[in-house]
Amino acid sequence: MDNEYILKMAGISKAFPGVKALNKVDFNLKKGEVHAVVGENGAGKSTLSKILTGAYKKDEGSIILDGKEVELLDPKHSLNLGISGIYQEFNLIPNLSIAENIFLGREPRTRSVFVNFPELYQNAEYFLKKIGIKKKPQTLVGKLNVAEQQMVEIVKSLSLSSKILIMDEPTSALTESEKNTLFEIIRNLKKRGVSIIFISHIIDEVLEIADRVTVLRDGGYIGTLNISEATPDKIVKMMVGRELKNFYPKEKLKRGEIVLEVKHLTKRDKYEDISFQLYSGEVLGFAGLVGSSRSEVMRGIFGIEPPDSGEIYIRGKRVEISSPSEAIRLKMGFVPEDRRGEGLILTRSVKDNITIAYLPWINSYGFVKQKDEEKITANYGDDLKIRATSYRQMVRDLSGGNQQKVVLAKWLATKPKILILDDPTRGIDVGTKSEIYSLINNLIKEGIGIILISSELSEIINISDRIIVMREGITAAEFSKEEANQELIMHYCFSGEMEV
Amino acid sequence: MDLKSIFRSTEFGIFIAFIVLCALLSLATPKFLTVYNISTVMRQFSFIAVMSVGMTMVILTGGIDLSVGCVLALVNVLAALFIKKFGVGGGIILALLSGTFVGFLNGLIIDRLELPPFIVTLGMMNVARGLALVITKGWPITGLPSSITFLSEGSIGSIPVPGIIVAVVYIFGYIFLSRTVWGRYIYAAGGNEKATWLSGVNIHIIKIMVYTITGFLCGVAGIMMTSRLSQGTPTTGTGYELSVIAAVVIGGTDLFGGIGSVLGSLIGAAIIGVLQNGLVLLGVSAFWQKVIIGLVIIIAVAGGSIRRKLSRRTE
Repeated sequence: MDNEYILKMAGISKAFPGVKALNKVDFNLKKGEVHAVVGENGAGKSTLSKILTGAYKKDEGSIILDGKEVELLDPKHSLNLGISGIYQEFNLIPNLSIAENIFLGREPRTRSVFVNFPELYQNAEYFLKKIGIKKKPQTLVGKLNVAEQQMVEIVKSLSLSSKILIMDEPTSALTESEKNTLFEIIRNLKKRGVSIIFISHIIDEVLEIADRVTVLRDGGYIGTLNISEATPDKIVKMMVGRELKNFYPKEKLKRGEIVLEVKHLTKRDKYEDISFQLYSGEVLGFAGLVGSSRSEVMRGIFGIEPPDSGEIYIRGKRVEISSPSEAIRLKMGFVPEDRRGEGLILTRSVKDNITIAYLPWINSYGFVKQKDEEKITANYGDDLKIRATSYRQMVRDLSGGNQQKVVLAKWLATKPKILILDDPTRGIDVGTKSEIYSLINNLIKEGIGIILISSELSEIINISDRIIVMREGITAAEFSKEEANQELIMHYCFSGEMEV
Repeated sequence: MDLKSIFRSTEFGIFIAFIVLCALLSLATPKFLTVYNISTVMRQFSFIAVMSVGMTMVILTGGIDLSVGCVLALVNVLAALFIKKFGVGGGIILALLSGTFVGFLNGLIIDRLELPPFIVTLGMMNVARGLALVITKGWPITGLPSSITFLSEGSIGSIPVPGIIVAVVYIFGYIFLSRTVWGRYIYAAGGNEKATWLSGVNIHIIKIMVYTITGFLCGVAGIMMTSRLSQGTPTTGTGYELSVIAAVVIGGTDLFGGIGSVLGSLIGAAIIGVLQNGLVLLGVSAFWQKVIIGLVIIIAVAGGSIRRKLSRRTE
C-alpha cells in the first residue's frame, strides 16, 4: 500500500505574521498520478507547493517521500530529492540557447574547462524528443513564446530526473492549442511514472487532466475527490462554501449621480471596448481572473498606463488623464495592488506617506505647513486606527495591515470623490480586513464612488452594489447585488462553457 | 525630536567618530587644535563641503554626479575669464549661471533620455574638463583683481569667509530638504520612485532639480576656488568628485537613495578634511595619505551597513 504513494504530507501548517497560510493540511500523491490542487486565491495552494520545493519551511507536520520521512531544507535540497517546481515566472536566461538553459551549471565539459557543445546539444535533443518538442536545442530561449519556454522548464526538470513535478497555474498564459500540447506532454510524463501536482483554479482543466483533486480553502484542507466522482458544481461548492455574512457590514444606500463614466476604453493586447458608469455612494465590484485585465483598465483610468482610445467623463465632463497627478486633481484616488512596490515609500515615516499626495494643498511658497500636516496625519491615522509607535515611525517597520491603512489614509487625505481599490485586502489579516470593509461602508455614506477589484469572490459579492465580470479584457457580464452569487460569477469568469 | 532618537541617529554616531578623530589628533600633535589650523582646514575643505550638499540631494534620489570636480574647474576658468571681462560682480553671476546650466544639462539628459546618471555624468566630467582646457589652451588665466581673494582669505569677525559660505549653504540645504515640499519629494523619489509618481508627484522635475542644484553649488565652489587661486586653472579640482561622494557616504546617506541628510554630509566632509590635515601635520607621506583615506571610506561605509543590518534585526 505504501509503495503506491510517492509522497505523503500530513498535518502541514504554515503561518506568516498575521496569517495562517496553511492549517493542518493533508496531501498525498500516487506514482504516475496527476493530482490537482484547487482553491481561491489565498487558499494556500502556492504555500503548499512552496513548502514542497523548499522555498518555505513548514511549521509543523510530516512529509514522507518514497517511504522515508524528510525535512526539505532549501530549493536545492528538494531538487536533489527529485521535486521540481514550474512557476508562472520562469527561471530561464533569454540570451542562452535551449540546451544551455537545460543544463545550466551542469554542462558537459572537455578538459574540465570548456563546454562540450556537441554533447550538450545531443543531450538536449534527447530530452526534447522524449517529450515530443520540435525545437532545435541551439535556439535562443528569448526567441520562444511563453508556451515553449514552459516546455523548456519541463524538459529541464526531466533532465534532473525529477519524480515529482509541481505546476503552478501552468495554463494561465497559454492559448487553447498550446494548452492541448501541454496536456499531451503531461499525459506522456504520467506514462513514464512522473507524478504531477497540478495547481489551478480553472475547473474545466482540472476535470480534463487530473486523476484526483484536492480542495483547499482559507489554508484549510476541505477534501479530496476522485475525478470520476467530481463535478464542477461539487468542486465550486467546496472552494467557496463559506458563510461570513456579518463579516461584511454593508448597508444598501440610495446611489447618487454618475461620478465617473467610461466609454469604449481600449488598450491593445490588454482590454477592449470597456464601458461602465460609477455612481456616487456605490461600490462597483470588478470580478475576474488573473489576466482578465481588471487592474489594467483601472490603471488606464488613473493615468498610469493610459488607454489607446476611449472616453472618460468625470461628473459629466470629458477629461483626458495622462498621469496620476491629473487624476488626483480630478479628485480620484488609487490604492494599487502592489502595496510595497507602488503604494508606499517604505523608508519614510507614516506621516510623510500619508501626506505626500496632499502636499500641493498644504504648503505656502513650497514650505510644508507642519501644523496642517500633523493634523491630517493624526486625523486619518486615528480614524483608521493605524498601529505605530508614533507617526514618525518608518512604514517599513509596520505590519502588512497597518501598511495598507497608511496607503488608504494617503488617499483619504486627498478627499477623493472616486476611489479605486485594487485588491485592498490582499495578504491582510482578518481583523484589518473587516476594518477596511467598515471604512468602505463609511466612505460611500459620504458620497464617494468606489471601484473595488478583489481576487476574493465572497468579498466582491458582499461589498459591491453592482458587479462587473471581466474575462480576457472584455466585460463578460454585469449583475446587481441581488442577482449575484458565487457560482454565477465564476461561470462568467471562466470560459463560459461550464454547466451551471 | 527627543533625546533618545538623537542618540540613535546615524548622524550622532558619525559625529562621535568625528570627535574621537579630533581628540586623537590633538593628542598626537599640538599643532592640530589651534585657531590657525582649524581655519586652514575650513578654507581647504569648504569646496568639498559645499558640493556635498548638492551631491546629498542627488544620491538621495538614487542618482550620482561624477562631474562635480570638473564642473568646478570649468566654472573656475569661466569665472576668471568673465571677471576680467565684466568685473567681479558680473563675472561671479555669469560663472554661477554656467555651473547651474551644466547641472541642468546633466539632469535633463538623465531624465529625458532615461540614461544611467553614472554614465551621463561620467561623460559630462570629461566634457567639462575638456572645455576648461580648450578655453585656456592648458594655461592658467591670471591677472584677476585682488578683491576677489576676500572670498577665501577674508574673515568676518574671526570666522573665515569660506566657513560662512559653507554654513549658509548647509542651512539652506537643511531647510530645503526637511521643510519644503520639494525636499519631501526628493526623499520620496529616492525611497520609491513609482509610488511617488503614483501619488501625483512630477518626478521628472525633481530629478532635473537635484542635478541643477548640484551644478549651482559647483558654481559656488568654483568661484571660491577662483578666489583661493586668484586665477583660472583648468586642472583644478581633480579627484574632488570622489572626496565629495566619500563625504556624503561617510555621512550616512544610502547610495540606493531615500535615506540620509545634509547634516551627515557636513560631518562626513569635516572628517575627510580633518583626517587629511592631521596626516599632513603628522608628516605622513602623500602616498600613504591616499591609502589611509581610502581605508577610512571603506570602514565608514561598512560600519553604516552593519549598523543598518543590526537595527533591522532588533526590530
